[in-house]
Amino acid sequence: MTGDRAPKGTPVTDIKKAGPAATPLTPPTGPEAIQAIPVRHYGRYVSAVVALGLLASLVYAFAQGDINWGAIPDYFFDDQILEGVKNTVVITVLAMLIGVVLGIVLAVMRLSKNPVTSAIAWGYIWFFRGTPVYVQLLVWFNLGIVFEYINLGPIYKDEWSSFMTPFLCALLGLGLNEAAYMAEICRAGLQSVDEGQTEAAHALGMSHNKTLRRIVVPQAMRVIVPPTGNEVINMLKTSSLAVAVQYTELLRSTQNVSQTSGATVEMLFLAAAWYMVLTSLLSIGQYYLERYYARGSSRSLPDTPFQKIRATMLSLGRPKGGAA
Amino acid sequence: MTAMVKAEGVHKSFGPAHILKGIDLEVAPREVFCLIGPSGSGKSTFLRCINHLEKINAGRLSVDGELVGYRQKGDKLYELKDSEVALKRRDIGMVFQRFNLFPHMTAIENVMEAPIQVKGESKAVARARAERLLDRVGLSDKAKNYPSQLSGGQQQRVAIARALAMEPKLMLFDEPTSALDPELVGDVLDVMRGLAEDGMTMVVVTHEMGFAREVGDALVFMDDGVVVESGHPRDVLTNPQHERTKSFLSKVL
Repeated sequence: MTGDRAPKGTPVTDIKKAGPAATPLTPPTGPEAIQAIPVRHYGRYVSAVVALGLLASLVYAFAQGDINWGAIPDYFFDDQILEGVKNTVVITVLAMLIGVVLGIVLAVMRLSKNPVTSAIAWGYIWFFRGTPVYVQLLVWFNLGIVFEYINLGPIYKDEWSSFMTPFLCALLGLGLNEAAYMAEICRAGLQSVDEGQTEAAHALGMSHNKTLRRIVVPQAMRVIVPPTGNEVINMLKTSSLAVAVQYTELLRSTQNVSQTSGATVEMLFLAAAWYMVLTSLLSIGQYYLERYYARGSSRSLPDTPFQKIRATMLSLGRPKGGAA
Repeated sequence: MTAMVKAEGVHKSFGPAHILKGIDLEVAPREVFCLIGPSGSGKSTFLRCINHLEKINAGRLSVDGELVGYRQKGDKLYELKDSEVALKRRDIGMVFQRFNLFPHMTAIENVMEAPIQVKGESKAVARARAERLLDRVGLSDKAKNYPSQLSGGQQQRVAIARALAMEPKLMLFDEPTSALDPELVGDVLDVMRGLAEDGMTMVVVTHEMGFAREVGDALVFMDDGVVVESGHPRDVLTNPQHERTKSFLSKVL
């Protein structure tokens, strides 16, 4: 026993002796970092130069064009343009609202055990996903040719042309089409929640509705929100198709301006810029919404961009420690 | 004294698969009743029949003198409405192998959820009880943690507290320690032992033979959908009569 211990004991004391002498040489965080010559990635330099060259030639090409760049800031906050922006936002929000509400209803119908409701939901989705939204908009717009009146019995009766305004055409066309897509997104979300969750809730005596509302939907939201954010951004851009039904949204208002000002291409650039502003704002909103529904799904929530910036600033302010 | 759980010739099949082939057993009030057996023997399925998560195909199954899932009038059986089934489930707590805590709620919210949503209890009352229960399972300092921030053993103890919050008269445990690291099993079993000492009626599907021997009042060995052997845990575990029981125990002990 003692014979075994003696040889083991010696190296231990050696390490202890070496310890204090070695510490000042290495940073306090750990052993000495490896000093090696990094691999040179020449391919990266070449591709960067090529990409920058192409970008520069593109910028040069546009600089050569006879473009009145000044017209864009001049008209950016023009009343007509702002009206178009407002209408685009309104139609996007309302059509999305129809899409989400009807989409949830359709998703629940499709998942229900009732074969009739499930088949109807399936048929709706099949039809509205199977036809281009542009065609749907034109159909709504031209229905006046086959219907003279709208007659909802005692509730409402009017001439079709005064009932089906461009706004209503755009709203129905975009909203009903969206519902088909939202239905599939919601269905995927509801189905993604583990069955054990429903069982646990039922075992506690919760009803079907309560289980859906309190347990399943909040968890499904984590799956539903990201694609829905995409859908909102898509909707914002697709709303430009409402030009076809005479609805004065952003694109149409820029075209109106370009007819009076003669700056056609510039006004298209302006429209593009406005769309980018709006989609950027939506992306920020989506980030925070996703962060909210992520609670509990990971150990800690991801930082907000603001927190990230603050963390970077703080780490930059600190000297990068260690003797190295 | 009526049995807390009484099964007479209970059959259950999933399509062509015949899982339970006539189960007869009785669980007395305040008893810790252990179900053991190889996987696929139907013990978990039987447990799930007790609170009607699975519908039985034949036989009679009753809890505290009332049929599970049906109402009998004369010689006719009427299926219970979902709301009536839910009402009965309030009195039966269940703990799952994979915990099934609600991941979007903190530990204390998990425990408060059912009393508030099902019994319509006020938040203050539910919170007070939840704090007491979390303290009882030794997790009062984890009340504000989400399930993903807890270890498996801690999650399972929260799940037990969640079931107890409904003040059930019967607790069902479906392999509560099978998904846990070995060193975390003890904490969960301690909580269950405490429950048993307080006189809770418990039906426990388990592979923890030590727990069954120490805490169990009755034990049933199931295989291939039938009860092979039953009796006091000490007798069955130390002196099994059937060959099948002997060979199973020789592998797990």
